[in-house]
Amino acid sequence: MRKEERAAALKPPGKNLGKRIIKHWEFYLLLLPGIVLTVIYKYIPMYGVQIAFRDYNAVDGFWGSAWVGLKWFEKFFTNYRSFRMIKNTVLLSLYSLLWSFPIPIFMALLVNQVRHKKFQRTVQTILYAPHFISVMILCGMLRIFLSPYGGLINAVISLFGGNGNVNYIDQASSFRTIYISSGIWQDAGWGMIIYLATLAGVDASLHEAAKVDGASAWQRMIHIDIPALIPIIVIQLIMSFGSLMSVGFDKAFLLQTDLNKEASEIIATYVYDQGMLKAMYSFSTAVGLFNTAVNLVLLTCVNKICKKLSNVSFI
Amino acid sequence: MKNKKIKKTGGAVLSSSDRFFEIITYAFLLLIVIIVAYPLYYVLIASLSDPYDVYAGKTFFLPSQFTLEGYKRVFQESAIAVGYINSIYYTVLGTAVSVALIITSAYALSKKNLPFRKVIMIFYVITMYFGGGLIPTYLVVSKTGLMNSVWALILPGGVAVYNVIVARTFFENSIPEDLYEAAQIDGSSNIGTFIRIALPLAKPIIAVMVIFTMVGYWNDWFTALIYMGEKSKYPLQLALRQILIQSQATATMIGNMDGGYAEANRVTELIKFASIVVGSVPMLIAYPFVQKYFEKGFMAGAVKG
Repeated sequence: MRKEERAAALKPPGKNLGKRIIKHWEFYLLLLPGIVLTVIYKYIPMYGVQIAFRDYNAVDGFWGSAWVGLKWFEKFFTNYRSFRMIKNTVLLSLYSLLWSFPIPIFMALLVNQVRHKKFQRTVQTILYAPHFISVMILCGMLRIFLSPYGGLINAVISLFGGNGNVNYIDQASSFRTIYISSGIWQDAGWGMIIYLATLAGVDASLHEAAKVDGASAWQRMIHIDIPALIPIIVIQLIMSFGSLMSVGFDKAFLLQTDLNKEASEIIATYVYDQGMLKAMYSFSTAVGLFNTAVNLVLLTCVNKICKKLSNVSFI
Repeated sequence: MKNKKIKKTGGAVLSSSDRFFEIITYAFLLLIVIIVAYPLYYVLIASLSDPYDVYAGKTFFLPSQFTLEGYKRVFQESAIAVGYINSIYYTVLGTAVSVALIITSAYALSKKNLPFRKVIMIFYVITMYFGGGLIPTYLVVSKTGLMNSVWALILPGGVAVYNVIVARTFFENSIPEDLYEAAQIDGSSNIGTFIRIALPLAKPIIAVMVIFTMVGYWNDWFTALIYMGEKSKYPLQLALRQILIQSQATATMIGNMDGGYAEANRVTELIKFASIVVGSVPMLIAYPFVQKYFEKGFMAGAVKG
């Protein structure tokens, strides 16, 4: 294979490239449907993002509508709610990251300690389960559990003598706690897969040697398992910082009520509200574009740091 | 492997400090398992109990006044029945199309000497980090005439790039090049080799892709919310939205009600738990079958993101 490539590189490129393309026509045929779909539904909308700088109307379309420059961005930044939205978006994902990042690592270390294979599998099966439940159902469960009329949480609290009639869903101050803890419940088990896979790859002879030297199980976890996880932990951490502004729309939207907007209104829900419900197409696109831009900047920075620290880049 | 070895050498002679550590480990694990599993268990027993008892806090461990009325009501509920059928249709069709797109694209892109391979890869990866956003996508979908069609749920998602990368890594690393060459010498065409050699060997990765995609379609509600105007085309998740999130009694419930408002309320509460169970059971039954492939799939994706 490699010889052929080298030989190919020596020949005049034009003719040869044509030949190679023809030789591979079947592979292009396999790629064609995906490429066509991506052009239509990903790249044309990317081109259409310019309506953020135009006053979109259906007749003139993406490129015919009047150019208005930064009008929509100005409108967004002069709105008193914008600051709150940006703050909510950043805080929600920052707190999510801080709280939910360490737990899967801790869980993976625990599950890895289990020596009985079958039992380990069963524990894994149970811990993965919530990941397969839809956000819709999760939010439905939250609403039931947190209801002031006999919801599970209130029932347990009143069992211990507390106030069992709190309407948590409508409380802005509870929103982030609900959002983050339910996120941990749903995805911590799923998040541990990558760490478990890494731990399974740790050389068994390391543990054997440590045992011969009299290391306890605790010492082996601290000195063998955790160091083995460090590289992947760094990569995962850096990657999650890159997606700081792309906090999940679904749960924020489904847990939002008129009363908790103080904390639950994030950029993504606002984009939906303005675009789909109020049909302010250009304005909504501008707000969305702002969010994407911040994300891209974060991601590029993080990727640079990542490259410097660990020689791994993910773009 | 590793676990077996440890068991053989160290299983019998645990030192006292190791025993203590083991007890702590198991205690923590038990606690975590309870925290994860109990809400699901609670929903299950509540769905089998009388709603008044549920709200009086009588169903912490076992169903109280066992009843199947909730399930009976759920299946009588036309919105849920229609949603169920729609969801099965969308999920089956969507999974078939998406997985076919993922596997064919991944296979072609795994060919290291394919001209423009890198360019096509970049073309895909860009869409992971930058997109037109909600409204421009919506406008294109409606311009291409997909509104109220099942294809609006499938085509705009296009190719799931992350999954393509995972599957491509699998094709590159897990299928020996010699096999392809042997088939080529036997006069097999490239597509023939793909179907006869690569596909059968790719079963594990196909299984993982099927389950991920299937869960995605089954649990999706947002795409349907914006592209499906007609209620008769709502998937199950949107039918559940009315019951779980908006907490509304549906037309069927009110229509059949003799007991008035209080009775309608009781049924709405009753139906909530049963509909959660009915809505999540298909996926919860499916995933353990491919669980053993999860780790492989994740590692393949992590190596070359």
